[in-house]
Amino acid sequence: MIAFNKYYNHFNLLSSVLIVVSLLLLIFKGLNFGIDFKGGTLIELRASDSKINVSSLRDRFNQMDLGDVSVKKFGNDTDFLVKFENKDNKKNIIEEIKANLDKSFGNNYDFRRVENVGPKVSAELLKSGVIAISLSLALMLIYIWIRFEWQFSLGAILALFHDVIVTLGVFSLFSLEINLSIIAAVLTIVGYSMNDTVVIFDRVRENLRKYSDIKIFELTNISINETLSRTIITSATTLLALLAIYFFGGEILKGFSLAMILGVVFGTYSSIYIANTVLVRLRVSQKTVLREDDQNKLN
Amino acid sequence: MLYFSKLRILFITLFSVLFILIASSNLFKFDDNFFDKKINLGLDLQGGSYLLLEIDNEPVIEQKLQNLTTTIRNYFKEKNIKINNIKIDNQHIFFNVTDNDKETVLDVFQDENSDLNPYYPRFKSHQLEIKDTGLNLKVNFSRQGLIKLKNSSQDQAIEIVRRRVDEVGTNEPNILKRGNNRILVELPGLDDPMRVKSLLGKTANLTFRFVTNDENDRFGVEKLKFENGLEEATVSKRIIISGENLLDAQPKMDTQANQTIVSFTLDRVGAKRFGKATSTGIGKQLAIVLDGKIISAPVVRDTIASGSGQISGGFTFQTATDLALLLRSGALPAPLEIIEERTVGPDLGQDSINAGMIALAIGFMLVIIFMFVKYKIFGLITNVTLIVNLFILLGVLTLFEATLTLPGIAGIILTVGMAVDANVLIFERIKEELKNETNNILAFDGGYTKSRTAILDANITTLLAAIILFFMGSGPVKGFAVTLGVGIFTTLFSVYFIARLFTSIYVSRNKNKEKLI
Repeated sequence: MIAFNKYYNHFNLLSSVLIVVSLLLLIFKGLNFGIDFKGGTLIELRASDSKINVSSLRDRFNQMDLGDVSVKKFGNDTDFLVKFENKDNKKNIIEEIKANLDKSFGNNYDFRRVENVGPKVSAELLKSGVIAISLSLALMLIYIWIRFEWQFSLGAILALFHDVIVTLGVFSLFSLEINLSIIAAVLTIVGYSMNDTVVIFDRVRENLRKYSDIKIFELTNISINETLSRTIITSATTLLALLAIYFFGGEILKGFSLAMILGVVFGTYSSIYIANTVLVRLRVSQKTVLREDDQNKLN
Repeated sequence: MLYFSKLRILFITLFSVLFILIASSNLFKFDDNFFDKKINLGLDLQGGSYLLLEIDNEPVIEQKLQNLTTTIRNYFKEKNIKINNIKIDNQHIFFNVTDNDKETVLDVFQDENSDLNPYYPRFKSHQLEIKDTGLNLKVNFSRQGLIKLKNSSQDQAIEIVRRRVDEVGTNEPNILKRGNNRILVELPGLDDPMRVKSLLGKTANLTFRFVTNDENDRFGVEKLKFENGLEEATVSKRIIISGENLLDAQPKMDTQANQTIVSFTLDRVGAKRFGKATSTGIGKQLAIVLDGKIISAPVVRDTIASGSGQISGGFTFQTATDLALLLRSGALPAPLEIIEERTVGPDLGQDSINAGMIALAIGFMLVIIFMFVKYKIFGLITNVTLIVNLFILLGVLTLFEATLTLPGIAGIILTVGMAVDANVLIFERIKEELKNETNNILAFDGGYTKSRTAILDANITTLLAAIILFFMGSGPVKGFAVTLGVGIFTTLFSVYFIARLFTSIYVSRNKNKEKLI
């Protein structure tokens, strides 16, 4: 049996630090919102001429008076991603850019993807993204509240917030782009993290009923160990699937799969080291679950 | 329950085979209609354009209020009430009446069966609201009135958009209402999205009006620019004929002048008016105005009674074709703005499909190898279940002709990774039961019953996330929610029916084996 409980305090401290640092990053550095949430134009361009590179493209685009332009390589050497604000939401901007690029590069390039999100739509998308995440957290809260005693609910929700905040903190730290698919990833993380926590909690509750003489500090450790091989196997297969997406699924899914990978890692960690420690700190005992059982009987 | 009845086994087998067949219809062509279904590829996979258009209703409201001022004036004239100082400001009509008439006017507007101010009997709310500000009376559209107005201009706009898109001839466009002032246009596999964009961006309001120097024209005048943006002309507000009078418009080559023109045919009313105007207006310039800009202003040389004519204006063949198309399909009730556009080229779509399939194959292989190494015979059972699960998932998506997107493929891969969870929970539980239980069959039973709540919890939490995503997400993300959500159900089916069947066969054949897992 691994003594996970030996490190409860250490990892609680680490998690607190992680959450504080993440929150500071989110407040002061902020998130790198993509055009989905900030508005603007994105062009994915493939070149068939080595003359076309990041600097020559940047030169061209900077001459076009488009505001802040970012040009980046996208995957391999011939693919580029160009993003700009398109502040005035000009109508025929793509045609103008094409005409302008034709002059310098002829026909040696191709627009593979064009996305243009107006300011109104981006504000709505951001709003619905925030609503979606809040709603999912609220639903999880309600679900867990129905299923477990409040001490368990608190533990699960703290673990959930930890996972979401720290994952977003990592995105802020490395200025990774937040777009629509990241919202999908965060929601899936919420589901996954909850799932992981609930499986361990299920066992804790079962053991609480079974053993009256074991303290919760020991009991959580026993429960974690009993469910450990399931935790490892499920995390491992999920991570294997996600790594396959990350490395082979193409550039578009990179951010999405990275967020999910982070979420699965944090989610697994938090089910062990946050959710359970909350139970310990709240001194959950056999009484906690039995009281509820009695109530259920009365009803 | 170790025992599976023959009927149950038959049912499970038939069900699985059915979905595998449906899934394989994506690869083969079946003659039978039931099997001839395919998963739709999202725009991000097959290439195409997604356009979100917003209707700018302000001009419509202005126009309606303008018409309303005349209606109000005439209505009260019959009742011998004089309306003074009527004007429109910021979507409100203001006017004055004498204090004696005020009550009557207010009553007319607030009467439940008012013929000036309808809707009350149907919606319990009038079309217009009236308020006595003290200085004057203020009339504006009520909430209900605005909703009706927006809905009707959306209905008209969607019809025109559909006609224009159809004229361009893209395959299977998807045109849908969004809210009460937006239209969603999905154009799969379009070569030239810019052309559609420019066609949808034009209102195509065509009018024929005389150029005049008479500042005191009875209908009022306005200064309009020519298409080239350089010259200007003063044009009467009196409309001779408008786009509504056109029956047909076609691009033509005028061999005499060696230029491309648009020839048009007028309806009966239009032909009559056009004939009359051209007979009285010989020598005058007739301006052809499209969306507030003059295309050309030829001098009338002859009476045109035939009901057909032509527009010249330095067109190329392409611009003439597009103008003819716009005129044929009719004018939009209000200008449209493209507020969101996402276009994916077909080769990027194909690349995404390939990458998604490779990731799926590799992810699948990794999981299968891992499970086999870790669990041996039970791993094998899980793997067979996983394969059947994948086919059932594809089968369900095919049956409902769901739209598969790139994030949707990611959802399938993720399902593969997470689908083992339920089996693992069960097998781990059986292992634990075996520590205290020598009877393999009892341990097997215990494993299934005692893991049930955990499995249910795990899947409900994921399902909740998927449901929210489905309702809140847009386009590609929705595809992810669909595969993730459907994946949960197929996983539960395959775990509790297929995997359990195999496990029970294995356990009953090895009742007395020492080390079961």
